[in-house]
Amino acid sequence: MERVMVVLPHPDDETFGCGGTIAKFAKEGAQILYMCGTLGEMGRNMGKPFFATRETLPDVRARELEEACAVLGIQEIQKMGLRDKTVEFEDAHELANRIRQEMIRFKPQLLITHYPKYGVHPDHDALGYAAILAVKMLPKDERPLIYAHAITHNRMQTLGKPDVEIEIADVLETKVAAIRAHRSQSEAMMKRWSENTEPDEAWKKRMDQMMKKEVFWLYDADRLPETLW
Amino acid sequence: MGPIQRVLADEKLQSFVGQEVYLHLETTNGAYAGNNPSGGMAVCAYIRNVKVKFSRASITGLGPYRAGMKMDGGWIYAEGLTDWEETPDGKLLFAGYDNEGRLAVSLEISKTPFRV
Repeated sequence: MERVMVVLPHPDDETFGCGGTIAKFAKEGAQILYMCGTLGEMGRNMGKPFFATRETLPDVRARELEEACAVLGIQEIQKMGLRDKTVEFEDAHELANRIRQEMIRFKPQLLITHYPKYGVHPDHDALGYAAILAVKMLPKDERPLIYAHAITHNRMQTLGKPDVEIEIADVLETKVAAIRAHRSQSEAMMKRWSENTEPDEAWKKRMDQMMKKEVFWLYDADRLPETLW
Repeated sequence: MGPIQRVLADEKLQSFVGQEVYLHLETTNGAYAGNNPSGGMAVCAYIRNVKVKFSRASITGLGPYRAGMKMDGGWIYAEGLTDWEETPDGKLLFAGYDNEGRLAVSLEISKTPFRV
């Protein structure tokens, strides 16, 4: 892959779910454009101990985003200026049109976005929907392949085995450095992880998986439903 | 109040678009939530009878539902809505009740002020 476009709504989505995959593409010399929907303005994590406020959080997260993207090897970040938690209330066709304009310019061979209705966070569902709608608006021979990232617990049961499984051992240090760059969002989690006294087995298992491999489902844009909800 | 019918509720909410209306918006986990050994905090916030005007509005999700209204330079948002009611005097009430029947979130729209 020479040109990869990533469309996700929050600073840190690119790191937690697909940081290893992005780092691998970057290492192989790919050009990577990240359209980041919001600045995660409504986030609850503010560091541990907290060092941000509701009013400083967007600036803090914008800086963390720049740092994490530099670590991962993302060359171009485009902040879409949407607001956290509100993406699903915007006009999906308007959003799709903006994304499509960037696709026409950047000509990605691959799009990485969230799998609509499997994103858990409504912003994930809504921006994933808009990004895939943008692909659907392109002529068939100009459409990028779509790696859709699914998060819900039922994902394996309803979607089946992932179409793409990427082992990330060779870029793990890069992914961990990007996670640490998102300090406001990851500090509490990384303390919990490194202390090794975690009683929650399921949480530990999820963390171990996140550090081992990243999985995606291929999405056929023609199968996108008429509306999200 | 009864379970939210999303499509119908969405239409009703949209009928308030473009007009000046009164808003009640509240979230609470109860005044006693701080009084337990696991160290919870009582948390509540509400705003009542503030005049707002929004240009977009919708009810989303698969239930519990979310509501979002876009204003000139701002947003109104509520999550966790389970029930709704249209009162005889035209007020549109949404609320989220937990399994014990306790109110956790409330979003209400009216063309006339709410009682204080």
